[in-house]
Amino acid sequence: MTAFWADLFDKFGVMVVGLVAFAAVVGIVLFLADRAPKKGRDFWQLLAFVSPAMILLAIGLIYPAIRTIYLSFTNRSGREWVGLTNYEWMFTQPEIITVLVNTLIWVALVPTLSTIFGLAYAIFIDKSHGEKILKSLVFMPMAISFVGAGIIWRFVYEYREQGFGEQIGILNQLIVWFGGEPQQFLQNSPWNTFFLIVVMVWIQTGFAMVLLSAAIKGVPVEITEAARLDGANAWQQFLNVTLPGIRGTLVVVITTISIATLKVFDIVRAMTGGQFGTSVVANEMYTQAFNRGEIGQGSALALILFVMVLPIVIYNVRVMRKQKEIR
Amino acid sequence: MTEAVEKAEAKLDRPLGQRNDYTAEGAVARQFRKSKEKLTSPWATAAAIVIAVIWTIPTFGLLVSSIRTPTEIRTTGWWTWFVNPSFTFDNYADVLFASGASSANLGQYFVNSLVIAIPAAIFPIAIATMAAYAFAWIKFKGAGAMFVLVFALQIVPLQMALVPLLQIFSQVLGISGTFPAVWIAHTIFGLPLCIFLLHNFISEIPGEVIEAARVDGANHTQIFFRIIIPLSLPALASIGIFQFLWVWNDLLVALVFSGGTVDVAPLTQRLAELVGNFGRNQERLPAAAFISLVVPLIVFFSLQRYFVRGLLAGSTKG
Repeated sequence: MTAFWADLFDKFGVMVVGLVAFAAVVGIVLFLADRAPKKGRDFWQLLAFVSPAMILLAIGLIYPAIRTIYLSFTNRSGREWVGLTNYEWMFTQPEIITVLVNTLIWVALVPTLSTIFGLAYAIFIDKSHGEKILKSLVFMPMAISFVGAGIIWRFVYEYREQGFGEQIGILNQLIVWFGGEPQQFLQNSPWNTFFLIVVMVWIQTGFAMVLLSAAIKGVPVEITEAARLDGANAWQQFLNVTLPGIRGTLVVVITTISIATLKVFDIVRAMTGGQFGTSVVANEMYTQAFNRGEIGQGSALALILFVMVLPIVIYNVRVMRKQKEIR
Repeated sequence: MTEAVEKAEAKLDRPLGQRNDYTAEGAVARQFRKSKEKLTSPWATAAAIVIAVIWTIPTFGLLVSSIRTPTEIRTTGWWTWFVNPSFTFDNYADVLFASGASSANLGQYFVNSLVIAIPAAIFPIAIATMAAYAFAWIKFKGAGAMFVLVFALQIVPLQMALVPLLQIFSQVLGISGTFPAVWIAHTIFGLPLCIFLLHNFISEIPGEVIEAARVDGANHTQIFFRIIIPLSLPALASIGIFQFLWVWNDLLVALVFSGGTVDVAPLTQRLAELVGNFGRNQERLPAAAFISLVVPLIVFFSLQRYFVRGLLAGSTKG
């Protein structure tokens, strides 16, 4: 226990020193800018305000990104130019093709399912009693870490061979209660990928629901009311009034979840470690670059991830901009 | 200071930081709304409750598990707790404070998480506020192009930067596997989004307020501290909370830059290790997971308004 307190004291000491050092550097920079000679003062002040961010971005993001592109054409140590070998490897190795296919399955299913569940839920709870509580229950998974979510679902999927004690995972227990045979959800390929996808859908539905719920409330009541008076039933009201009214938000929700899904790493890492044919690009990139030391192949996978994310981000930004103009 | 706020609010016709302008509901609209309220069908509510229950059960089951004895966790399902209730905090004490080579040691990792997340939330916000102010209110050649560049950097997945940045940390700076390495990495990865969001907010501050200060002889540093920061506090809070939670929940950056030891690595990293050997750590994991969830859940339930706002604004990060 005393060791714990000593450790705590040390680490918070490091943190305080870090914070003070940071404040001192920023303070000195701004102080000097404040005292800059009259001539060219605007320039010095501008430099003081912009350069910390720009220097950090240049060293930590721009240069590394360019270097990663270069590294993707080199061998495992990153020293020798090998041309397109890493890309050839990527598209010919069966395991890596599985990784690419898995990523496509993820990005096809997660946004679709999350949006459908989120939209349905948002409509169901709209103006019902206890809307706030119902909302926070589904939104809550969004607050916790993907690793935490992974652990939660490991227990849901937990498997005990038949005849070797009781099931402790609720899903297998349900199967047993209904007379079925317990399943190894996380090991039986290819379905295990779908059980990992369930976890991501569980997390992202709350996000979709909160955004769509706000959008639904933005559809003028007068229009839905008019449709109702014209004899439209609930489904027709939804299809012809609500849905067109929330189209912009729908696009933003779907694209945003798609981007998050393409980069998914923690869930796969915590639940299967990418084994049993469940790996995805972001996980494989880490495995190659940091577990196997294959710098070239890892960099090539990072670049593929970038290429996959790029069109969605651009589309997302354009839609968001348009929405802003309309508002 | 309040004077500036008042001026700004008078100009905006709404409290600063509150984006949605509220219009009073007319009598007719209220009647419409009421008539619609009656229309929510009991079936819809029932379906909603079913979904809510399904969504909550996994977390709830883990919470119940965490207060059962290790043997119970290993041999029976958490639902049997209702017929055979038991209650113990031993799991929590064990994973937090037990000493020994194979113990979970989460107490120390919890400290690490805090020591990582607090500076890693403050640094990017501070630097981004400065940059956002410059982009919004200091006129200079190339401001537009530079801002577009920062904006465009959001599309670079952080996977693109990991290998070279780690090389810089270990070969040039020699700080790989220390707290500053993790702080700096998180700061850099957080900057593009923070600058973008804060720029949106700061550029909305009415020009008259800033002009008036300039006429009074204030320079940029003074304007920044006396006007920009006080007026942006709500935005800073939202984005700060988002960044804090992002860092707290992050695994990838921690794995690459923390070195993975009990000296620096955060909770998520240790949890991933424990879950990697699920069979052996089964009775520890429920309590361990809840220790890592407790901070986000407190933030979520106590600061939900800021939390939602920050999350919606920052959801494209990573």
